[in-house]
Amino acid sequence: MSNTPLADLPVLLSVRRLPNANTFDGVGAIRMARAIRWPALAAGLILVGAANGQTVGPSEAPDVVGIVIKWMPLIGAAFLFNLLVSVASMAIGTALGFIPGLGQISVHKGVRDLSWLVTQFFRNAPWLVLIFFAMFLLPFEIRVGPITIPLPAWFKAVIGLALPVMANVAEIVRGGILAIPIGQWESAESLAFSRRQIIWQIIMPQAFKQMIPPWMNLYAILTMATTLISVVGIQDSMTVTRSVLVAEARTELYLPFYFVLLLMFFVYCYPIARLTQTLERRYAVLS
Amino acid sequence: MQGMADFFRWLADAHHINLTIFYDSVDQKRFLLGLYTTIWLSAVCIVMSILLGLVGAAMQGARSRIVRAGVQGFVQFFRNTPPLVQLAFFYFAVSTLLPTVSDGHGGRMPMINNTGWAVISFSLFAAAFNIEIFRSGIEAVPRSTVEAAEALGYSRTKAYVYVILPLAFRVCFPALGNNLVNLVKTTTLAYAIGVPELLYAAAQIWSEVLNVREMMWVLLITYIVILAALVFVLDRWERALRIPGYSA
Repeated sequence: MSNTPLADLPVLLSVRRLPNANTFDGVGAIRMARAIRWPALAAGLILVGAANGQTVGPSEAPDVVGIVIKWMPLIGAAFLFNLLVSVASMAIGTALGFIPGLGQISVHKGVRDLSWLVTQFFRNAPWLVLIFFAMFLLPFEIRVGPITIPLPAWFKAVIGLALPVMANVAEIVRGGILAIPIGQWESAESLAFSRRQIIWQIIMPQAFKQMIPPWMNLYAILTMATTLISVVGIQDSMTVTRSVLVAEARTELYLPFYFVLLLMFFVYCYPIARLTQTLERRYAVLS
Repeated sequence: MQGMADFFRWLADAHHINLTIFYDSVDQKRFLLGLYTTIWLSAVCIVMSILLGLVGAAMQGARSRIVRAGVQGFVQFFRNTPPLVQLAFFYFAVSTLLPTVSDGHGGRMPMINNTGWAVISFSLFAAAFNIEIFRSGIEAVPRSTVEAAEALGYSRTKAYVYVILPLAFRVCFPALGNNLVNLVKTTTLAYAIGVPELLYAAAQIWSEVLNVREMMWVLLITYIVILAALVFVLDRWERALRIPGYSA
C-alpha cells in the first residue's frame, strides 16, 4: 500500500491518504487517526495558516508540511546551538553574579556602592545593546605573554549575554540573602560564628533554596534572549530559519516556519516556567 | 551652542573621543530622531499593553471557560517564546496574510509598516505579562470588598471599574513598573526590522564615523537615563496613588 521511503515520515503523509485507506483497512486507519490526531491538528493549523497566506492548491498544501519536516534537522541543530549558548552564558553569568551579589551586602561601603553600580548598570541596559557592546568592544584575541587566546564571535556573544545575567544573578543572590529572617544572623552571631561562616554555613544554604525559582526564571528569559545573537550575525536558529526561507523563496512558508521556531522555544521554556511556579510555591518563605 | 560644538570637535581632534552627535548636524538629527522614535515607541507600547492587559485580566475573570482558556493560552505562549521571533513572526509571516494598499505613487505597500508591527508585537508581548500582573492584583483584593460593592448594588462591570481595579492597580504597581521597564528595553529589538530607533541610529552613526566605542557608551547612558526617567515617573505616580492605610 505504501512504497514511500521511511524518511518522508509516514505519520503525516497518511493524513492525506486517510479516506482511501479507510476502504482497505478501516480499523487500522481509525487506530492511526487516533494516534496522530494531535500532531495532525497542529500540522493542520499550520497548513490553514499557510493556505490563507497564498493561493495554494489543495494538492500543494501537504507540500508545506513536507518542506518544514525536510528542514527540521537543520533548524533543530541550530536550536541546540541556542541552548548551548544559553547554558554557557548562564554558567558564566552565575559565577560572575555572585561577586556583585555578595558585594552588595559587604561591610565595606566602597565595595557595596561599586557592586550596586555594576548591578544597576548591567541590569538596566537593554540586552541587545550589551551584546553589541561585547561584540564590538572585546578584542578578537587576547595575548597573555606568549600565549594568544582567540575570542571567536560566538564566544563574545556568550559574554554579551552573560553580562545582564550576571547583574540579574546579583539581584537574585541579594534577594535570596535578604529573604532569610534576621534572627538567623543574630542567633549565628550569638553562637560566635564569624561573618564569613555565617554567610557560607548559615545563610547561604537556606538562601540557595530561595534563589532557585528566580534563577530558573532567569534561565528561561536567557534562553529566549539567545535569539538576539542572530542580530549581530551569529548563525543561530533564527538565522538558519531565515536562510531556509530565502532558499525556498516562497512566502507561504514564512508563517509555518516562524511558528515552528516559536513552538520549539515554547516547548523548551514552558516546562521551566511551570516548574518555577511549583518550586516557588513549595519554597515560600516561612519566617 | 557653537561653543559646545567646538569643544567636541576639539575633543575628537585632541583626544580621539569622537562624539559626532554633538557637532555634526546630520548625525545629531539622526540621533535625535532615534531618541524620539524610541520614546514614541515605548510610550505607545506602554499604553497599548496596559489597555490590553486590563482587557485580558477582565476576560480571565469571565464565566466562559473557553474565554479563560484562550486568554491563558495567549499569556503562556507570549511569555514563553522569544520576543525577537515573535517580531519576525509578525513582520515577515503575518504581514504576508494582509492585503497591500496603494502607496499613492502607483506602487503597492504593506498595510502595516515595520514600526506598526513593532508596536503590535511589543504590545502583545508586554500585555501577556501585564495580564498576569493585573490578575494577581485583582486576586489580592479581598473577597469581602467585592461583596460589599455587590451589596451596594454595583453591577459586575461597575464593581470592576470603580472598586476592584483601583485597589488592584495599587497592589500590582511595582510588578507593573518592572514590566514596563522591560518593555522599554525590548524596543531595541525593533532594530532587527529596521525601525529607526535609538540603537538603529547609533549603529548607522558608528558604521559611518567608526566611533563604536564612544557611541556604545552614549547608547548605554541614554538608555539608562530614559529608564531612570521612567522609574522616577512611576515612583511619583505610585506615591500619588497611595491610599493611607492601604498598602501591598
